[in-house]
Amino acid sequence: MNRVVRYIKSLFLLELLQGLWVTGKYFVKPKYTMQYPMEKIPKSNRFRGLHALRRYPNGEERCIACKLCEAVCPALAITIDAAPRASDGQRRTTRYEIDLFKCIFCGFCEESCPVDSIVETDIHEYHFEKRGENILTKEKLLALGDRYEAQIAAARAQDAAYR
Amino acid sequence: MDSLIALLNNFIHDWPNLSLVIGLILLPLLPLIISVAMYVWWERKVIGWMHVRLGPNQVGPMGLAQAFADVFKLLFKEITVPEKASRFLFYLAPLLALTPAMAAWAVVPIGNRMAWSNANAGLLYLLAMTSLGVYGIILAGWASNSKYAFLGAMRSAAQVVSYEIAMGMALVSVLILCGSLNLSDIVNAQAGSKGLFEWFWLPLAPMFVIYFISGVAETNRAPFDVAEGESEIVAGFHVEYSGSAFAIFFLAEYANMILVAFLSSVLFLGGWLSPFQGWHLGPLSAPGWWWLFAKAFGMAFLFLWFRATFPRYRYDQIMRLGWKVFIPITIAWIFVAGCLAFFGGVTIGPGVNP
Repeated sequence: MNRVVRYIKSLFLLELLQGLWVTGKYFVKPKYTMQYPMEKIPKSNRFRGLHALRRYPNGEERCIACKLCEAVCPALAITIDAAPRASDGQRRTTRYEIDLFKCIFCGFCEESCPVDSIVETDIHEYHFEKRGENILTKEKLLALGDRYEAQIAAARAQDAAYR
Repeated sequence: MDSLIALLNNFIHDWPNLSLVIGLILLPLLPLIISVAMYVWWERKVIGWMHVRLGPNQVGPMGLAQAFADVFKLLFKEITVPEKASRFLFYLAPLLALTPAMAAWAVVPIGNRMAWSNANAGLLYLLAMTSLGVYGIILAGWASNSKYAFLGAMRSAAQVVSYEIAMGMALVSVLILCGSLNLSDIVNAQAGSKGLFEWFWLPLAPMFVIYFISGVAETNRAPFDVAEGESEIVAGFHVEYSGSAFAIFFLAEYANMILVAFLSSVLFLGGWLSPFQGWHLGPLSAPGWWWLFAKAFGMAFLFLWFRATFPRYRYDQIMRLGWKVFIPITIAWIFVAGCLAFFGGVTIGPGVNP
């Protein structure tokens, strides 16, 4: 009996027609493709993208070279050298580098930072054109922080109750 | 050489006539090439939509210029020839694939007696031309001197030869009903007063299905595209081709698909006849080329629908389907068609004398 049913099914192409019916339905279904560069999905304020070093409102850099981020970084992407600053003898970094090729964007550096200095912004559209550009130096990080401070502060304020 | 000089002489003295001939040749070819480009675009769109994607939409409005962009990219690319390839055959093969695909259009009627050649043996000519296309594929596979190309060519050859038989048998049943090899006569035989139920798809329903599926297999399209099975033989017979040589294979494949769509409309779906013929619906019942094009568009759409739906057949399944299913059914149905014709089960339209 089973064989007969199977024979009839294959002779009258029933299963093939069923398959055509499925794709036919999808043919007319609305498509939900996001046209990426033109349309963007809203991002969470907790999005972990490109890093930045922040400053206090008076222009003083926040980082005090405690090296907690360097210690916690699971990918060993952060390298910090520290020395007393020449002008006032405060402990500051002389070198603060993040290798973006090593970074896994886990956000531990941001969590560990006692002065909210190193943060991950929600910027994810960036690229490198030359070898070595993957290393974010202290200057680059501070420049990023200066440029996106408003955005960074707004995202932190939105999330403040849960920190 | 002498004949060439004679031809040139002729051209100088008789250029109005010759230009007319060349114009008449170009007249169907240019729309065909453009419709191939549009068909490629439509294929990508349809398959995209069936995958819940959008398909090409960046080049031109709705991506309409995408196919042309691809063509120009291919034309400007270098043609690389494998070192140990047979150069002459390597260059000849794409032309051998393209020429029959284009030549077959000579007998396709778009209206009553409106074909470039209203040949009385039109159906035979079609059978010959559609079978010739496989030489291009075999030669391409052989001349490339590549294992993959050769395997693809062998697969394609065996497949086309197998399905040629079922296809020919399906055409024989049409022939039995209408009694003429002339394609215009075949369409006229489907005229009548009962609308689309006068067409040959009804008495020859299994033949219609088999003809179309064989047509899909003949053109090496999914789900019968083992000749270019990407997973095991890379791209099959055209793996060594690039640039415009590859573009010509592409053109031939799509021209063949459009041809099969047109032929199945002519042979089984009443060609230019209206599906409402004889129902007195005014212009809706009037015959016209637009009906033929609408039917062919529907059949061409089926090609794409199949490709978006079915996974590729295994090779032994293809052979089994061709030899153990299609050929017995066609032989049985030829007998049925003979009985229908003999006992007058099918009314033949006016103006055709079987």
